[in-house]
Amino acid sequence: MTSTHPAVELDGLTKRFGAVTAVDGLSLRVQPGEVVAFLGPNGAGKTTTIDMLLGLSRPDTGTVRVLGGTPDDAVARGRVAAVLQTGGLLKDLTVGETVRMTAHFYRHTRPAAEVLERAGITDIADRVVGRCSGGQQQRLRFALALLPDPDLMVLDEPTTGMDVEGRRDFWQALRRDARRGRTVIFATHYLDEADAYADRIVLVRQGRIVADGTTAEIKNLAAGRTVRATLPGADQAALAALPGVDAVEVRGDSVLVRTGDSDAVARHLLTRTAARDVEITSRNLEDAFLALTTAQTGA
Amino acid sequence: MTTSTPTRSALIEPDRRLPALGGFAPGALLIELRRVLRNRRTLAFTLIMPGVFFLIFGLPQSGQSLDNGRPVTAYVMISLAVYAAMVATTSVGGAVATERALGWSRQLRLTPLRPAAYVATKLITAMSLGLLAVVIEFLVGAVAGVRVPAYVWLLSGLAAWVGSLVFAAFGLFIGYLAPAENVMQIIGPVLAVLAMFGGLFVPVEVLPDVLQQVAKFTPVYGMGVLARAPLTGDGVSLAAVANLVVWALLFGVGAARLFRRDTARV
Repeated sequence: MTSTHPAVELDGLTKRFGAVTAVDGLSLRVQPGEVVAFLGPNGAGKTTTIDMLLGLSRPDTGTVRVLGGTPDDAVARGRVAAVLQTGGLLKDLTVGETVRMTAHFYRHTRPAAEVLERAGITDIADRVVGRCSGGQQQRLRFALALLPDPDLMVLDEPTTGMDVEGRRDFWQALRRDARRGRTVIFATHYLDEADAYADRIVLVRQGRIVADGTTAEIKNLAAGRTVRATLPGADQAALAALPGVDAVEVRGDSVLVRTGDSDAVARHLLTRTAARDVEITSRNLEDAFLALTTAQTGA
Repeated sequence: MTTSTPTRSALIEPDRRLPALGGFAPGALLIELRRVLRNRRTLAFTLIMPGVFFLIFGLPQSGQSLDNGRPVTAYVMISLAVYAAMVATTSVGGAVATERALGWSRQLRLTPLRPAAYVATKLITAMSLGLLAVVIEFLVGAVAGVRVPAYVWLLSGLAAWVGSLVFAAFGLFIGYLAPAENVMQIIGPVLAVLAMFGGLFVPVEVLPDVLQQVAKFTPVYGMGVLARAPLTGDGVSLAAVANLVVWALLFGVGAARLFRRDTARV
């Protein structure tokens, strides 16, 4: 039953808050078993999209299908579970009590001891939540999300506020779990998290998807280099026709060529033109991320 | 990660049926009760303080009698039992404010627990604590020498307890009105004033005439009269019953409306 439907189908989602359009005609399809990173800067609309995906808020327009049904139904049946930034915990319950209490709300769950173990918090089961660190509380939320053994796990910036070690522990726990074939969607603004833990990256900016591909494809967007040279009267058309060239920009006597094959461009410039001062710089994932997710550049 | 091992669902297909009763479960209720009984402030204000009040204000009146010959200490004890119960039920209902402020109610929306089942759990917890508050106040009275016929213990206790349902609704109403972590610190004094108007600390009859008239319209008045009626032998006036019913309706409907506003998805 799970395999006949996409895990997630978002179609033309729009959500406005007053004059602000937080999500702007966003469509996305996620297949069962995919591990998808929802990557974008703060305010890109990631959390708003996730709220609609989980049925916590209603889209102004567009439709949401989760595992072939409505979000509410998927939540009620334990087919989807989530770790949210905003989900609070009761400070005066212990970690173990919080898990056991939540387990009572479902028809059927994994044993409390098992989810505590998988979230790596067995040793603090008797600790009162109010005395747990932010990272420990986040792993408790993760344990709660593991209870129904969901087909789809949604995480909204799950490691915000954690130290480096806490982040590593959290992702190790998640990765151990993702190997079991669960669909995972996580929002993050950390590039390295998307890179290390996702099969697919969806880049969002201002409520729209600006890039969507495998981690390798997104990395290729970033793998290009920029060749810069001093070349008065450069022939833009000829440069643009070279293999691998993405963009050519002329600034005064300088020419900037963005390309996947910097060797070919450099060879052309040095052998076929009067270009001098040739510089080759690589663009990293950070540059691509910034270019794609901040103010539109000449891409 | 996608190329790994057999899928989870191929190994075991979890039970995906909806939970019975919208997720309402005695097990969760027990954890909730234990949690309430661990809260020192709740215990101090609902289980200890009213008993201490009795020892301070009631006990010195030992030997004095009401018009019908029943002990004044019983009058004080029953009044304070009503007070204990109303503080108990209000504090549990009002805890909704804390849970909303902490974001727990949002966390619950990621579970199968239906909002109505959540409120039912709160109401049962509130009434359990209210019952405990009445029983403890009566125990303190009994140990301190209050002697009345069995039907007075039973009917007065029952009236104090059932009447406190009004304040469970009041607590929920406040809880859905203001998401504040320390809502009881604000409501506590309000309850004390209402209790005064309800004749729980001193008989309404000793208040100035104007205040006596006002008192009849305040929400504790009705349940105070009803709870003391078995003891005093005074008839239950229509005004007292109307008072109880109207306030129960007002708080109940108010809580239900705010509850619907809170759980509506925007």
